[in-house]
Amino acid sequence: MNYKLIFNISASLLLARWKQTLVAAIGVTFSITMFITLLSFMTGLNGLLDGLILNRTPHVRIYNEIKPNKNQPVNVSGQYKKSYNFIKSIKATGSRQEIYNSGAVMQSIRSDLRVLGFAPRITAPVLFNTGTIDITGVINGIDVLAESNLFHFNDYIITGAAVDLNNVPNSIILGKGVAEKLLAEPGDVVQVTTSQGGIVPLKVVGFFQSGLQDFDKVQCYASINTTQKLLGKPNNYITDIQVKLKDINLAPAVAKEYSTLFQADTEDIQTANSQFETGSFIRTLISYAVGITLLIVAGFGIYNILNMMIYEKMDSIAILKATGFSGSDVNRVFLVIALSIGFFGGIVGLFFGFLLSNVIDQIPFKTAALPTITTYPVNYDPAFYFIGATFSLVTTYFAGFFPARKASRVDPVIIIRGK
Amino acid sequence: MNEVILQARHINKSFHDPVTVPVLHDINIAVNKGEFVSVVGKSGCGKSTLLYILSTMDTDYEGELFIDQERITNKKEKQLARIRNEKIGFVFQFHYLLNEFSVLKNVMLPGLKLNRYAEKEVEHRAIERLKMLHIDQLALKNANQLSGGEKQRVAICRALINDPIIVIGDEPTGNLDKKNGQIVFDIFQQLTAEYNQTLLIVTHDQTFADHTNRIIEMEDGKIIRQ
Repeated sequence: MNYKLIFNISASLLLARWKQTLVAAIGVTFSITMFITLLSFMTGLNGLLDGLILNRTPHVRIYNEIKPNKNQPVNVSGQYKKSYNFIKSIKATGSRQEIYNSGAVMQSIRSDLRVLGFAPRITAPVLFNTGTIDITGVINGIDVLAESNLFHFNDYIITGAAVDLNNVPNSIILGKGVAEKLLAEPGDVVQVTTSQGGIVPLKVVGFFQSGLQDFDKVQCYASINTTQKLLGKPNNYITDIQVKLKDINLAPAVAKEYSTLFQADTEDIQTANSQFETGSFIRTLISYAVGITLLIVAGFGIYNILNMMIYEKMDSIAILKATGFSGSDVNRVFLVIALSIGFFGGIVGLFFGFLLSNVIDQIPFKTAALPTITTYPVNYDPAFYFIGATFSLVTTYFAGFFPARKASRVDPVIIIRGK
Repeated sequence: MNEVILQARHINKSFHDPVTVPVLHDINIAVNKGEFVSVVGKSGCGKSTLLYILSTMDTDYEGELFIDQERITNKKEKQLARIRNEKIGFVFQFHYLLNEFSVLKNVMLPGLKLNRYAEKEVEHRAIERLKMLHIDQLALKNANQLSGGEKQRVAICRALINDPIIVIGDEPTGNLDKKNGQIVFDIFQQLTAEYNQTLLIVTHDQTFADHTNRIIEMEDGKIIRQ
């Protein structure tokens, strides 16, 4: 098969009608550009919105829930084993919120190959005393380095530095909302009352803003040591272990496993935040639908132009067939025409798509909720470019398929006799 | 001289749309190598229909057709295209040059399709044939810049590019004035005389036919004289 000749003839037919060809190619270019831009921007936004929650949410959280004891004494007692026991007025036992044997638990998690990392945490409900009123809050005792590495803690510090929690003794980072209520500035000392009744002064070293207002009005951060001192607990006292896995999809299984292994309560990210995945999925689906619709419309444009070209070039097709080109040769000529429109239109489209998403990437986007974001988020995933290129070739192939088949079936006798 | 190039045996053909009308009735023809044969007859006598059957483009007929001793009837479309490419040269009433290509490229196309020679060699052969017909100075012009007579001569060059065993013409002088018609006729005559080229030409022009070696006369789908 002489492909060089086929390409040669296709190129000549294309260039002879270069204006139509250009219009068809621009159709493809436009749709690929929009496809790329739309997907990059949409998934960029998706990533941002999901990141708002997911970045800071552990994949698996190990803790002890405040709840009534499952094993009430009367059920354990052998004497009443066969009876049906009614127990009234059970109270939850919150006496031991800490994770038992936390050192060994952490050791065991550290050696688990599925785990990317973990951050221990202490949650302590407190009251901030300012003047005559008390403001409720929660102090999270954190391992600053682990939190920064795994949960982007650094990104949300708007004033001060996270490491100061380690460097300055008895220090605290206040949520933005809490700080506004307390009228506190970095360097100030705030009075904190713990649930046990002790009053401790803590030095403010920075402010924290997550973007979720309710969250910022309550949450504050201190180092684990400071929090342990605050509560008067020994240094193995940990109430939470936040685990980040290498593969987020393993979270439910790992959570279940840890629950039995460590005899603690566990929560996985899918259960805690299932609605986020649904939202992302729908947004991505819509982007794909719009992009593919654009491409199909461009495909109809190509179909039309090829059909017209075939009517115009009936004579040429007839003589090609008379002088020895078979139907499949003619078919190939028109398929090559369609595919080259798709190919060149697609390549230019990918380029413009990249440019346009780059432009969007430069547009300032400042919001109080997202301190680290300064421009619109764009996701430059090469997969979109690959999908765009594939789709442009596939749609133009189908757009060219029927006209090419029609051209291959032209009967030269009818055309030549008709003259 | 007695080698048979083209042979048709008992060819019958009818048009079926909308009612069955017989157009060709029991046609038997043999064309020998080097013959210059003309087919004459009134409009509608079936001579063009016969020509398209003989040229393998029309496959809807009964009977048998042999080209170069090879049975053509019932061959596949692809094989027929190959046979047309290799063994038959066409000259039609209308030139059918491709306006997108230069004269030279138009002549080269069937040669490139045959792919027997390298591109350079095909180009050389095309120029040879253009020279033979004294139109080599037009080689790089576009097909639509030529006069009618010139176009027809280019079409003849195209027909000759693959050294066909037979050149088939459908009123090749029908669209030309007397002077250009004469030029084309002289070319045909030169081809038979100098190159021993076999020619089968359908024509209306009685004077054209009178100067050929052999006349096949048709009437009402039958050959009445050959």
